[in-house]
Amino acid sequence: MSKTLYDKLWEEHHICRLDSGESLIYIDRHFLHEVTSPQAFEGLEQKNLVPWRLGANIATPDHNVPTTRGNSFNTDSILDEISKIQVVELDKNCNKFGIKQFDIRSSNQGIVHVIGPELGYTIPGMTIVCGDSHTSTHGAFGCLAMGIGTSEVEHVLATQTLKISKLNNMQVIFDGEPKPGVSSKDVVLFMIKKIGTAGGNGHAIEFSGSYIDSISMEARMTICNMAIEAGAKVGLVAPDETTFSYVKEHSFLDKDMLVEAIHYWKTLKSDKDAVYSKQIRIDVSDIKPQITWGTSPEMVIDFDETIPSAKKLSENSKNIELAKEYMGVEDNQKLSDLKFDKVFIGSCTNSRIEDLREAANVIEGKKVSNDIIEAIVVPGSGTVKSEAESEGLDKIFIEAGFVWRDPGCSMCLGMNPDQLKPYERCASTSNRNFEGRQGNLGRTHLMSPAMAAHIAINGKVGDFS
Amino acid sequence: MKQINPKLIHGVVATIDRDNIDTDQIIPTEYLKSIKKFGYEDYLFDGWRYLDKGKLGISSKEREKNKKFILNNSPYDNASVLLTRDNFGCGSSREHAVWALRDFGIRAVIASSFGDIFYNNCFKNGVLPIILSKVDVENLFQEFKGSPLDIEIFLEKKLIKSNDREINFEVDNNLLERIIFGLDDVDITLRNKEAISVYEEKRMIEKPWIYKND
Repeated sequence: MSKTLYDKLWEEHHICRLDSGESLIYIDRHFLHEVTSPQAFEGLEQKNLVPWRLGANIATPDHNVPTTRGNSFNTDSILDEISKIQVVELDKNCNKFGIKQFDIRSSNQGIVHVIGPELGYTIPGMTIVCGDSHTSTHGAFGCLAMGIGTSEVEHVLATQTLKISKLNNMQVIFDGEPKPGVSSKDVVLFMIKKIGTAGGNGHAIEFSGSYIDSISMEARMTICNMAIEAGAKVGLVAPDETTFSYVKEHSFLDKDMLVEAIHYWKTLKSDKDAVYSKQIRIDVSDIKPQITWGTSPEMVIDFDETIPSAKKLSENSKNIELAKEYMGVEDNQKLSDLKFDKVFIGSCTNSRIEDLREAANVIEGKKVSNDIIEAIVVPGSGTVKSEAESEGLDKIFIEAGFVWRDPGCSMCLGMNPDQLKPYERCASTSNRNFEGRQGNLGRTHLMSPAMAAHIAINGKVGDFS
Repeated sequence: MKQINPKLIHGVVATIDRDNIDTDQIIPTEYLKSIKKFGYEDYLFDGWRYLDKGKLGISSKEREKNKKFILNNSPYDNASVLLTRDNFGCGSSREHAVWALRDFGIRAVIASSFGDIFYNNCFKNGVLPIILSKVDVENLFQEFKGSPLDIEIFLEKKLIKSNDREINFEVDNNLLERIIFGLDDVDITLRNKEAISVYEEKRMIEKPWIYKND
C-alpha cells in the first residue's frame, strides 16, 4: 500500500500498539526550555526516575530571558524575580540530571526551534518533541515534530516515548513562482486564510510542490512553524538536496555516516499514489504580501485590501466584531491608514539569518520613521546574531535607528520585558496575533520581515516591491 | 471540600459565545512563570475577567473585575462546565490552560471542536473535553440563554442531560478511563519498558546517526 511521508515516519518510530488502541512512539530528540519543563522535572523526581536517554535532551532558556543582556550577563542579572526563578530552575534541573544546556551565557543560546537545526541536533527522519507548539518547525527537515504539554514532557523524559494516536494525512501543494517581495511568511499566512485556523486540526500537513522545492531551509521552517496556526501540530517537508546540504553544513556527522544517512533520508518521501484525507493546491504566483488585521491568524488580507465586513466574510459576525473592536479597526478601512507604534523583527517564525537579510535589504540607508516609538530586531540565536554581525547587518539596523538585541522569544509573547503597552499597534514578524499576546491590550499585525521593515521606515503599510 | 464523583459531572454551565478561544486567552503568558502545577484559578481568562493588569501572585480578590464577564457573576463563578464554540484551546501547547480551568473548578468543556494539543492535555488533568455537533452546541446555547441551568454529564454513559434534553457524545474509552480513574501515563508506559529497550537497541544499530551526539 502507498504511504505518505507521515505514514513512513510513524511506522519507523512505532514501538508497539497498546491495549488502549494508542501507540507507543519512540522519540529521538527532546528540546526543553524554562517555561514548560519545571513541573515535568518535579514529576520525574517524585517518581524517583531519571531521564531514559540523557543524550536525547537539549535545553536552552528562551521564553522569558531579557534581550538586553550584553556581555557580562548571568541569571542573577534578570530583574524580574519570577522569570529568574524559571531560568535558575532550568539550570538546576539540567545540572542535576546531566542534560546538555545552552544556558543564558552560552554563545549558542537562542530560541529552541532556531538552535536545534543550526547546531545539528535536528536531522531528517527524527521524531522531535518539545513543550512548545512551534515544534512543528522541525518538520521542515522531514522530521515528525510536534508540540506537547508538560505531562508529556515528563512522559518523554521518563520513557523516551509518546503514547499517541495517529493523525490524518493532509497535503498542501504550493506551485508557481512568487511575485517579488512575497516571502514564505506571506505564503503560509495566505494558506491559513484559505483553510482557517482549524483547517488542519487532527491532521499532519505535508507541504510540497515546485514552490517548496525551490525555497531554502529557512523558508521551509517558516512554513512548517505556522502549520500549528492552521491547527496542524505536525507540518512536514520531504528532505531533498537543499536539506542535505544544510545538514552537511550544520551537523556533526562524519562523512561516511552522512552518506549512509542520506541514502536512507532519500526514502523519506510520500509514494506517488499516496492518499491524503485532505488535499489543497495553491498557486503562489497569485499571492500578494499578507497582513493580519484581527485577533486570529486567519483574519488576514492582502496588504492593499480594506478591512472586510462580517457580511463579506460570512462568518460568525460576533467574532469579527469583537476582533475589530479589540484591534481598533473599522469596516472598509485601508491597512495603509493605520498608524503603527512599534516594530518587532524576531520569533521562531522569522528570526533566522535569511529573515534578517530580507529586512536589512529594505531598510539599508534609510531611517526609522519618527512615528515609530521603537523598532527592535531580536536574532533567533547567538549563532544567527554573530553571523549577522559578520555580514554587517547589525550596523544597517542600528544606523537606521533599530535596536539590536540579544536572542530570545522576546516580543512574540511578551514574557520578558519586551511588551506592547495598551493599544500600541505593532508590525510583527511573529506567529500569533491573539488578544494580549504581545502585552495587555496590545494590537498585533503579523507580516513578513520585509513588510515589517517597510513599516519601520514609513510608519505605515505600503508597497516595497 | 466537596466530594467529587468521578463518574458524574453535575453543576452550573457557563457559556462563552466565541470561536477560536486560544490558550493565550485561557491563561496569558504572565502566569506561565510559575513553576507549580496548581494554583492557577485566579488567572483563568485573565484578560476578559479583569479590567486591570495582573501579575503572578496577585489574587482575584485584589483585582478590578469586569462585571460583564460571565465567570464574575453568581452562580457562574461556581461553574463546573464551560460551553463554547469552535476550535477551543487553539494556539500554544501550555498545559497551564488546562490547569487554570481545572483549578477554577471546570470539569468539562463542551465545544464543536478543540485544538489538538489542548484536547490531549485535558485528559492528563481530569478535565473532559466534549465534542458536539454545531447544531447541538447551538441548541445548548439557546437553552442556557438568560437562565442559569444545571447540567449532568454521565461519563460512563457518555450522556449529557439538561432539562429534558439528552445528548450522547463520543469520546475514546481509554481517554475517558483516564479521567474517571486518574491514571498516570508514565507508570502505565513503563510496563512496556522492555519493548522500548528492544526498539532502542535496534535503532542504535540501524540508525546510528540519531545517537551520534548522545
